[in-house]
Amino acid sequence: MRPWRVGLALVAVALVVSGCGTAPVASSVASPAIAPESDEHILHVLNRLAYGPRPGDVERVRAMGIGAWIERQLHPDLIADEAIERRLAAYPTIAMTTDDLFREYPRPDPAAVARRREEMLRGDGAPDGMAREAAPGEPRRIMIAAELAAARMERAVWSERQLQEILVDFWFNHFNVYAQKDAVRWLISPYEREAIRPHVLGRFRDLVLATARHPAMLFYLDNWLSTRAGLVAQAGPNRGRRLGLNENYARELLELHTLGVDGGYTQGDVVEVARAFTGWSFAYPQGDRQFVFRPRAHDDGDKRVLGHVIAAGGGEADGIAVIDIVTRHPSTARTIATKLARRFVSDDPPPSLVDRVARTYQDTDGDIRAMMLTIVRAREFWSEAAYRAKIKKPIELVASAARALDASVGSEPGLRSAGFQLARAASTLGERLFNAQPPTGYPDTADAWVNTGALLGRMNFALSLAQNRVPGVRVDVERLVAGADRRKPEEVLDRLLAVTVHGQVSARTREILSAQLRDPAIVRLTADDRGPANTDVEKLAALVLGSPEFQRK
Amino acid sequence: MGMETCVRRSFLKGGALALCGLTAEAAGIPRFLVRTAHAGPAGRRKALVAVFQRGAVDGLSMVVPHGDPAYYAARASIAIGAPASGKSETAIDLDGFFAFHPALEPIKPLWDARRLAVVHACGSPVSTRSHFDAQDYMETGTPGVKTTPDGWLSRGLVARARTSPSPFRAVALGPQLPRALRGEVGAVAMPSVNDFDVRSDVSAMASGVNARRGFEALYEQGVRDVIHGTGRETFEAVKMLKAADPRKFEPANGARYPRTDFGEKLQQVAQLVKADVCLEVAFVDIAGWDTHAGQGNERGQLAYRLADLSHGLAAFARDLGDVMEDTLVLTMSEFGRTVRENGNRGTDHGHATAMLVLGGSVRGGRVYGRWPGLAPEQLFEERDLAVTTDFRQLFAEVAFEHLGVPREAKIFPGFAPPRGTPLGVLA
Repeated sequence: MRPWRVGLALVAVALVVSGCGTAPVASSVASPAIAPESDEHILHVLNRLAYGPRPGDVERVRAMGIGAWIERQLHPDLIADEAIERRLAAYPTIAMTTDDLFREYPRPDPAAVARRREEMLRGDGAPDGMAREAAPGEPRRIMIAAELAAARMERAVWSERQLQEILVDFWFNHFNVYAQKDAVRWLISPYEREAIRPHVLGRFRDLVLATARHPAMLFYLDNWLSTRAGLVAQAGPNRGRRLGLNENYARELLELHTLGVDGGYTQGDVVEVARAFTGWSFAYPQGDRQFVFRPRAHDDGDKRVLGHVIAAGGGEADGIAVIDIVTRHPSTARTIATKLARRFVSDDPPPSLVDRVARTYQDTDGDIRAMMLTIVRAREFWSEAAYRAKIKKPIELVASAARALDASVGSEPGLRSAGFQLARAASTLGERLFNAQPPTGYPDTADAWVNTGALLGRMNFALSLAQNRVPGVRVDVERLVAGADRRKPEEVLDRLLAVTVHGQVSARTREILSAQLRDPAIVRLTADDRGPANTDVEKLAALVLGSPEFQRK
Repeated sequence: MGMETCVRRSFLKGGALALCGLTAEAAGIPRFLVRTAHAGPAGRRKALVAVFQRGAVDGLSMVVPHGDPAYYAARASIAIGAPASGKSETAIDLDGFFAFHPALEPIKPLWDARRLAVVHACGSPVSTRSHFDAQDYMETGTPGVKTTPDGWLSRGLVARARTSPSPFRAVALGPQLPRALRGEVGAVAMPSVNDFDVRSDVSAMASGVNARRGFEALYEQGVRDVIHGTGRETFEAVKMLKAADPRKFEPANGARYPRTDFGEKLQQVAQLVKADVCLEVAFVDIAGWDTHAGQGNERGQLAYRLADLSHGLAAFARDLGDVMEDTLVLTMSEFGRTVRENGNRGTDHGHATAMLVLGGSVRGGRVYGRWPGLAPEQLFEERDLAVTTDFRQLFAEVAFEHLGVPREAKIFPGFAPPRGTPLGVLA
């Protein structure tokens, strides 16, 4: 792939010219177009910084210039996105306040829940699952997470702010919360909206702070309950009981959110961090369910975290001090650099690249946009070794397939199932959005996603999408191959490969697809058997989307 | 004793497709391609069902040391009432010292029948309190080593080589392959046995088959990578499962599985066992054990999880009936929980926990392992139940005694079981 290597240097140069993430965008967008840019370069960018190319995207990016396209994606606020914004009105809960969500989706009667559980254990009643947790007619609080998942999938397919959507997924998994843990059912949507989305290209410290203070995280990792040792509850169901420390959030903050498991902290640090965060709580179940600092619950003694002393009497600021200590720690720079490089370059990212991204983290005080720039400017990002080295996660496969076929939302009145159905498809493949129970979130590497059952699921999704069996999602493969002579199956196949994967399949795959054309079920004969009259483009498209190549990005 | 009940036939096609207990015609394979393979080592076909309690189960609530006075001192609100405490719901006594949580009542008859044993104070020599590291260590079987590429069950099955490996030797019920089964054995992950084929639209009868052939051709290319390799295994598995049709097996002997994720998975494991697909290892997850807050006591959050576990296991044993003689269920969890309850009527990450072993070859009705005690000076790092049985000792015994893995196979590199003191859980 010779042109591949030639183009790299040019792209890299253009991006260097365009300046750091905080530089004004106008100048960089206006920077001279880079040429020539090979298809591979553009496809690589569309596969890594977006959920795959739609028909025509390669040409659009070429016209704009790769550097300018990336710059725009790094500043999503400057990209108009009205069409998807309008669509999202179909999912009203994603815009509702926490208060409204709790008011409009009341808790089901606990006795009824207990009854249903008993039935389930005895093997009676409907199967387990969230669908029947509410009585018929009752507003189902599960809709909150379901609508959020639907919105996420629609954005992945139809938002123009593609890199933002990729990063929302990345950071949500990094700071994962689990939608089925009690109060998180209501808090999940405000969490993505308030704690994750605003910061995906901002400062890492702001992400840590926003998640640390968000009721969803406070609840999910139990910090809202953590108090100084020996505090006696004055009111509520625990009245008169001795409360105390809960290590859950402190441990995951160090292990998963910042330093990393081998980042050099001890069990002693976990306890000290937990002490610092005592009193970080939220008003729940009574109250406005917003962050609240409870001075009585706070452990006011001094703390020793990773060699730093936090003086006694800091109150709420102790938690902030911890966040400052851990986000400035070199292990955090490494952990974040490794995860970003793993997401955007390869499952085992080159150490040379991780080093540079970590340095950017340290030089810019954790500026995510700057780290992204380091990645897209890196030789390693553009290397042949990185090209198609990643396997698509389930949501990536689903979104990229819908984009490859230029899917649109069905026009049935009142229809809002497109997102639900796409989320359901990803769930069948193993990635049920907002339902990763452990705080690690969903994994980002091939070994977690490539297995027999999942692969079969991918082929089946390809078939149902291409054959228009995904309710609410319309594809028109006939239109995609318009212009090709339907009586010439080879021409139809070439056209199909050109629009969906830009002709990027191996010679062997092309040959196998071509052999399919001799299958009477694919190429229907005319009544008098004089020659092929039609080609089952849908099935060909399904084979392309279910092919080994299409599982890679 | 007995014969190998699983008739192995195989034919070679790229790799090897194994047909176990199926006629070649049923699988759509010409008879002349079929040859009878050796039945493998003498003895009956053994299967292992590994159940992973993800999130670290509180072993002290599951199998309660009611005879240890320090237990009640450490747990003001979450202790399980002693059998003789006079409460309406109490722990179910096992041997005067240990007792089952009341939610384990459905499996008590298996204990009484000496089909069920407990290994207590079992765990890892590495004291990490990270769920994720500890799960990895337990599944790779190499505590402290993060670079181990494969799982102990995969290594065990590879060492227990068969002449005609079935694609269903090792199956994980769920969309992802657990680390314990990753590796050379080529395990199958399936979210559901009911949905394991290529489905095309219904308008054309032959359509699904054609689509499958098309995909198969794409994945049959000689490319050696993870996607193509997995694809080839997938199609072998699809064909074999189609022929074996496990869906036709209804629960037997009046067994009623809980309609939970865990119950449905166990029911499917039973179907695979009955369908004679040469299943050797099945892997099932059951989540929800990370009880940092509001753990509950005789009732509550943990009790509900334990009820799910025990109703599922009881239904499985009942459903399999005589086949349980050759089946072993082993539960495991990455670590236990703190001995003292925390400030939120819950427990934090601890060290040792309890594991259950259920099956015909189990010398049941006993709690195995030395009890380290719960008095403050007996605790590991002054907070946790100490580990007195390395989990690898139990796993190795299961692999060697039950699965017939040769003892010289190094499935736990770097581990030498203590000399002269076998656990003896298995007959």
